[in-house]
Amino acid sequence: MENGSSSSSSVPSTPLLKDELDIVIPTIRNLDFLEMWRPFFQPYHLIIIQDGDPSKIIRVPDGFDYELYNRNDINRILGSKASCISFKDSACRCFGYMISKKKYIFTIDDDCFVAKDPSGKEINALEQHIKNLVSPSTPFFFNTLYDPYREGADFVRGYPFSLREGVPTAVSHGLWLNIPDYDAPTQLVKPLERNTRYVDAVLTVPKGTLFPMCGMNLAFDREVIGPAMYFGLMGDGQPIGRYDDMWAGWCMKVICDHLGFGVKTGLPYIWHSKASNPFVNLKKEYKGIYWQEELIPFFQTVTLPKECTTVQKCYLELSKQVKAKLGKVDDYFNKLTDAMVTWIEAWDELNPSVNAGTAAAGKPNGSAK
Amino acid sequence: MSLKIEDNEVDIVIAALRPNLNTFLEAWRTFFSNFHLIIVKDPNLEEDLQIPPGFDHQVYTKSDMDRVLNGASINFSGHSCRYFGYLISRKKYIISVDDDCLPARDNSGVIVDAVTQHISNLQTPATPFFFNTLYDPYRQGADFVRGYPFSLRDGVECLLSCGLWLNIADYDAPTQIVKPSERNTRYVDAVMTVPLRAMMPLSGINIGFNREVLGPALVPGLRLVGEGKRRWETIEDIWSGMCAKVVCDHLGYGVKSGLPYVWRGVGSDTDNPMDSLKKEWEGVKLMEEIVPFFQSVKLPKTAVTAADCVIEISRMARENLASLNPVYAQAADTMEAWVNLWKVAGSDRL
Repeated sequence: MENGSSSSSSVPSTPLLKDELDIVIPTIRNLDFLEMWRPFFQPYHLIIIQDGDPSKIIRVPDGFDYELYNRNDINRILGSKASCISFKDSACRCFGYMISKKKYIFTIDDDCFVAKDPSGKEINALEQHIKNLVSPSTPFFFNTLYDPYREGADFVRGYPFSLREGVPTAVSHGLWLNIPDYDAPTQLVKPLERNTRYVDAVLTVPKGTLFPMCGMNLAFDREVIGPAMYFGLMGDGQPIGRYDDMWAGWCMKVICDHLGFGVKTGLPYIWHSKASNPFVNLKKEYKGIYWQEELIPFFQTVTLPKECTTVQKCYLELSKQVKAKLGKVDDYFNKLTDAMVTWIEAWDELNPSVNAGTAAAGKPNGSAK
Repeated sequence: MSLKIEDNEVDIVIAALRPNLNTFLEAWRTFFSNFHLIIVKDPNLEEDLQIPPGFDHQVYTKSDMDRVLNGASINFSGHSCRYFGYLISRKKYIISVDDDCLPARDNSGVIVDAVTQHISNLQTPATPFFFNTLYDPYRQGADFVRGYPFSLRDGVECLLSCGLWLNIADYDAPTQIVKPSERNTRYVDAVMTVPLRAMMPLSGINIGFNREVLGPALVPGLRLVGEGKRRWETIEDIWSGMCAKVVCDHLGYGVKSGLPYVWRGVGSDTDNPMDSLKKEWEGVKLMEEIVPFFQSVKLPKTAVTAADCVIEISRMARENLASLNPVYAQAADTMEAWVNLWKVAGSDRL
């Protein structure tokens, strides 16, 4: 592992929360995409999770402050608990969430670039995510003008005043222009469809409503919801792929609803450039498409007891219910349950106190340059 | 599962709160010309209506209301006069726009055909059981995203389409006072289904709905004591919207919100909102009771029509809210009278 240090290059504007946010990027290819993001990302610390062959050298463009972890690092830091971190799947990114010591996480895929808004201006996705996270959510009553805290908007007539303070926002779910995040069957039917519609809205996903959370362009308050953001067992040796973010999103939403936190979706947009192979995707998703039909009713009817007052307690309770109700769907869910428990154990080990700054961090491989 | 709605299945209901409809109707002419208009004159309006030629329309006035009401105690004055239009219509669908709203322009400067958009919203399914992050999956260029369960992709029939407004947004009086010059300039290019059990404030300014199925739920139930002609002096649409949403949730139908936009401006609530604050403050306070009430409403399996549901809701309102404020008992009475009138007036027939 290498530890890069930042250069004294000039930054266009004062970045928000630069010492409170880590950018987590899973990669198996290269990090060329960072060049385009440089004006927006350079002030921040990056956590690169290198998937696949650990002997491959992934070059990080100069001038970024980063830590990089490959599979050897993950195995060394977590020991036997490394079994909960996926291999050969971008789900491995959640190791970055657990090793981070910052309050906020922004995660982005390495085939996502800076998009432009309808006026042609480049979108600072990170800034928008931060805006979303530091302003409240409104899950208890739908505001027809969407985010009431945005400039130029407000709560509409009829919106109860007692609900106008909102609740803390745990997750900011961004969207994508160009290659849409469709499942394999839809990709096969509509290979040429591109998302060209810029919807200028941020809105809170109402309490009790589930949605498919895409991990391509996502930010969250790690201190508030971090332990719920486990991306599951995917990839090598697993019967399923491309449901990592979905799984995390459903668990996260149920827990947020229970604990009274909000989830926003909408802006910012990024430009998704790479269309993955739909036939490869179909093989990965195949089981998920069927299992989903059991998973959704499960998540829609989950109730967490009052005693679950922390995210970890909620998550462990959820894992018990997964085992009880989904274990019979497929043995995979028994393994997943164990992995969920392992994840929480690993999380608590790496993050022993609320003030993450004092937690003992695993030291990465290799020598510092 | 998409339907095909013919123009002759739609009535456009206009509540005439001011006598001169020339500007309004001329502006909408292109979009209204294929449809029959039901123009309902506010019973408190004394002057004759001015209606430009060339519209297929029928005007209804206080005398029509008295005739149909035949003693039933429903107050159709002010913004509530439009409900008379819903009652008298024999079409399957209604589109209704306030008489101070003109067609808006979208982000490319193209004039928005709000009528066609409402029809499109009602024709295509709603998806209340799972939120699609790309919003309406039936719009051209969009679809269900990865992770959206396939069994939920048929959707359910959309019974209510709630449009929005550019320029003068539908704010309450306190917000107008705090932000007198704020104008809504953000055109959000989306339609989305309001999820199951999520409550929302329906703005009656710009709506379309399935009258045949949902009509009884759009009830002029809640009148504020000092209700006036300005939108922020009313919450009749908020109340009926919450009824409608609860009914749709119970019966397995959907409600959409978003496009189309109308441009709300001239002649609307630009007067001093301070006066209204006295009247609407009552409404603001009532919402604190109304929202928890509707969130707690559970309808029995035996309620299989909108009318059944409305009767149940009125019973619950009487039980749970009437002791808090006399307007609720009045609302319950009105709801029952409305359901009864709906049957008696033959409104359930097409």
